[in-house]
Amino acid sequence: MIAQDEKIGVYVCHCGTNISGTVDVSAVAEYARTLPGVAIVREYKYMCSEPGQDLIRKDIEELNLTRVVVSSCSPLMHEVTFRKACNDAGLNGFLFQMSNIREQCSWVHDDRERATAKAKQLLAAAVLRVGQQVAMEERIVPVRPETLVIGAGIAGIEAAVRLADAGRKVYLVERLPSIGGHMAQFDKTFPTLDCAACILTPKMVSVGQHPNIELLTYSEVEAITGYVGNFRVRVRRRATSIDPTKCVGCGLCWEKCAVKKVPSEFDAGMSMRTAIYVPFAQAVPNKPVIDREHCLHFTRGKCGICQKTCPADAIDFDIQDEILDLEVGAIIVATGFTLFDAGELARYGYGRLDNVLTALQFERLSHASGPTGGEILTKSGERPGAVAILHCIGSRDENHLKYCSRVCCMYSLKFAHLVREKTHAEVYNFYIDMRAFGKGYEEFYRRVMSEGVHFIRGKAAEVSTVAETPEEEGKLIVVGEDTLLGVTRRIPVDMVILASGMRPAEGTEKLARILSLGCTRDGFYLEKHVKLAPVDSPSDGIFLAGACTGPKDIPDAVAQGAAAAAGALSLIDKGRVIIEPITSEINPEVCAGCQLCIMTCPYTAIHFDSERNVSVITEELCKGCGTCVAGCPSGAARQKSYEDSQIYAEIEGVLA
Amino acid sequence: MSTTVNSNAGASASASTSTRGSDGRVFSYYPGCSQMAMNRAYDVSTRSVAARLGLELVELEDWNCCGATAYVAIREEQAFVLSARNLALAEQAGRPLVTACSGCFVVLNKANKYMAEDPELRSDITRALAAGSMRYRGTVAVRHFLDVVVNDVGEETVRAQVTRPLTGLKVAAYHGCQFSRPFGERADPEFPDTMDRLVNWLGGETVPFALKAKCCGGLMMTTQPDVGRALTGKILKAAKEAGADCVITCCPLCQFNLEGFQRRVGAAVGCDCALPVLYFTQLMGHAFGLDARALALGDSLTPVAELLHREAVHS
Repeated sequence: MIAQDEKIGVYVCHCGTNISGTVDVSAVAEYARTLPGVAIVREYKYMCSEPGQDLIRKDIEELNLTRVVVSSCSPLMHEVTFRKACNDAGLNGFLFQMSNIREQCSWVHDDRERATAKAKQLLAAAVLRVGQQVAMEERIVPVRPETLVIGAGIAGIEAAVRLADAGRKVYLVERLPSIGGHMAQFDKTFPTLDCAACILTPKMVSVGQHPNIELLTYSEVEAITGYVGNFRVRVRRRATSIDPTKCVGCGLCWEKCAVKKVPSEFDAGMSMRTAIYVPFAQAVPNKPVIDREHCLHFTRGKCGICQKTCPADAIDFDIQDEILDLEVGAIIVATGFTLFDAGELARYGYGRLDNVLTALQFERLSHASGPTGGEILTKSGERPGAVAILHCIGSRDENHLKYCSRVCCMYSLKFAHLVREKTHAEVYNFYIDMRAFGKGYEEFYRRVMSEGVHFIRGKAAEVSTVAETPEEEGKLIVVGEDTLLGVTRRIPVDMVILASGMRPAEGTEKLARILSLGCTRDGFYLEKHVKLAPVDSPSDGIFLAGACTGPKDIPDAVAQGAAAAAGALSLIDKGRVIIEPITSEINPEVCAGCQLCIMTCPYTAIHFDSERNVSVITEELCKGCGTCVAGCPSGAARQKSYEDSQIYAEIEGVLA
Repeated sequence: MSTTVNSNAGASASASTSTRGSDGRVFSYYPGCSQMAMNRAYDVSTRSVAARLGLELVELEDWNCCGATAYVAIREEQAFVLSARNLALAEQAGRPLVTACSGCFVVLNKANKYMAEDPELRSDITRALAAGSMRYRGTVAVRHFLDVVVNDVGEETVRAQVTRPLTGLKVAAYHGCQFSRPFGERADPEFPDTMDRLVNWLGGETVPFALKAKCCGGLMMTTQPDVGRALTGKILKAAKEAGADCVITCCPLCQFNLEGFQRRVGAAVGCDCALPVLYFTQLMGHAFGLDARALALGDSLTPVAELLHREAVHS
């Protein structure tokens, strides 16, 4: 029921032709005049524009409107805009309601008559609901000045350095023993052919030395509670078995280590490392860790040669995992990617045939500090006479990664250039489409073409070992259709490089649960808005950077790292943040003290008051998700702005 | 797994709840036309090893042509109607449908999947079935016998049956083009390893065999013999070069092409292509200690019996 003296203003938006193309906006407006309490109805081309908002402001002032409804797009898009317009004109923004007749109506229907009928229902629901809404005040809370950056690849490093340079404290958490991420493994970078190490190492060093960065390597985030401006973070520092205050990184320990056959993660399995190890020479921090899964002391309870050797007495087998509790105002997630496992496509022979390499393996092979010192050699130690590079391994494939991994075309061109330069081998690129999208990329493509690299348009079908001609004997034969010539090609080569696509890093899903982040169907983190808020997550105070939201090249990852730092900085510098007042409350008169709400609350925002025998909500922690309201068996938990009376009014409107 | 309510009161107990069978051990068995005549040995050996593995194969009553061979290429929808009739019968019987023929498997499976995904096709087929007072609601699981043996019965049970391990026997596991394609539901569509795993459980070893899922020539052996012989020749040649003592198949047409024309195929590709070829069920049955009769080894066109009685195999 809407009170007699209510004056509701209703505004129906055309959104250009986005809404009016499918919905008869005038008919909707006409219908609105018949709804209870409606004092004024207007339709306008773009309600979100300044003149559109002015309509609302003027009507509130001149007609003394008591409530406002806008029928337009999703509240995610413009709820804040219209709420602010109401507040500006002196009407509490929580006496405003939005009905979504774009995303949930005009964009998804094509029958004009039925779409118009649905738009009317949605509008009626909003009008009846707004009549039940109550004025609320937003809360202002202080923001802590520290930032947590998760992941120390190039995106995370960029974000950390920017924030630290601005004088802000940063905790940089990295799962591996060293920072640097994938970029540290790369040889050269496209299209400029800068050496990756040359441009990355100085940044890594500055991270290691920066007074404002607290580096937490070999560590993982285990839990996060709190809310924007006031997060509490639990980090597990895995035991390195090394006392960092004593170790000088002299290297005697790993020279003496008895375990020498652990496949090196950093060299993508192309070389072996020891059980006590530094992943690579330029590692930051440049101090070893003991891999307890392989160390003889931990697996068999003997050895200890490293401890006997260490001149600094830095090795301590008794060091345990350490739990750190941090408090930060903002969080930047930069957890990156992992390569698609080429072994899933058995037809290409990865893991089955020698000299079939993944992209990362080739990076290491070509790298000056890689297993061959940068010489491109086959497994038998010879220079290849012909090399094939197979694009889109896993990518653009209905059965695997449906998306384009973006960087593979370009790194494949780089590989082609490096092979030509170092070995003069014939190079065959099997590609579907060539995607050279960035600055200087098309030019690089032309350059590589002019270097005599062969381009065969067609996805390679298989890598075969069954020779059909004498030239094919003993070779890897790449079979594929050349779709420009319309013939099947068989190219005998000595080495095949698989341009594997990018998928979310291992643990992305787990961290999504810890942070309450959403993921796309592909498993990458979901941005707040893919175009206009690409480094914001839907959760306030949590930012996203780099390949954790989708495949990115180095320039894009760096840009996002810097952008995420700017987002965190603007939050921190303001020093305070407005929090929506939509939270839950528990009525102590009704609460039976069953504590079901405490068990179900995803934000640990409820505690038990044993004196009064009731559950109590900490308002600052409550995000208004409504889980406790749904779960409460006695109806003691209520959610502001989602009262039963409001929901019923809304349903009544839909059914009207 | 969806459940079905069986209207046929006389149906077996296992049929009352699920088409998967109450314990996953009872199947409606679809032999297919080849197994009735030319490839009788595949049918015989399939039934023999199934019994050993505790699988009950109940022949689908009143089954008809699956629609494979040339039909599906020329009149696809009609071919699917034929398959759908078999599916409807299997639904009535209340058991999952298993066949050992890759050709039947593909058409039955396609008809099943496409009906579920394509409402237009479903309504066409439903109308056609209704003309014969039948209907199919889409609850039957279609399986290949090889898949059931390896993925359902599994390593432990198979290994437990082995009394004559295939020690020293080198096998080229030729899966053919239709076992894993096009859907790749239970094996890599381009490079399946299902039979490789099985041979390993039987105590034998498989050779690296790059052509394991390549085309055997199919019906081209009769319509375009030059093409058919070239394709079959490649497979036999590669198997020999890989050091295989024999080739195993899981499809009657593959078997026929590989074993039936070895002299002419050899002449076409310019090398000796003589190599024993047998069904995976025969090899498995031999390892289980079944006799030549139970496996219809006498039907073979290649010296399979001699191969299996070599000294090395018995050790």
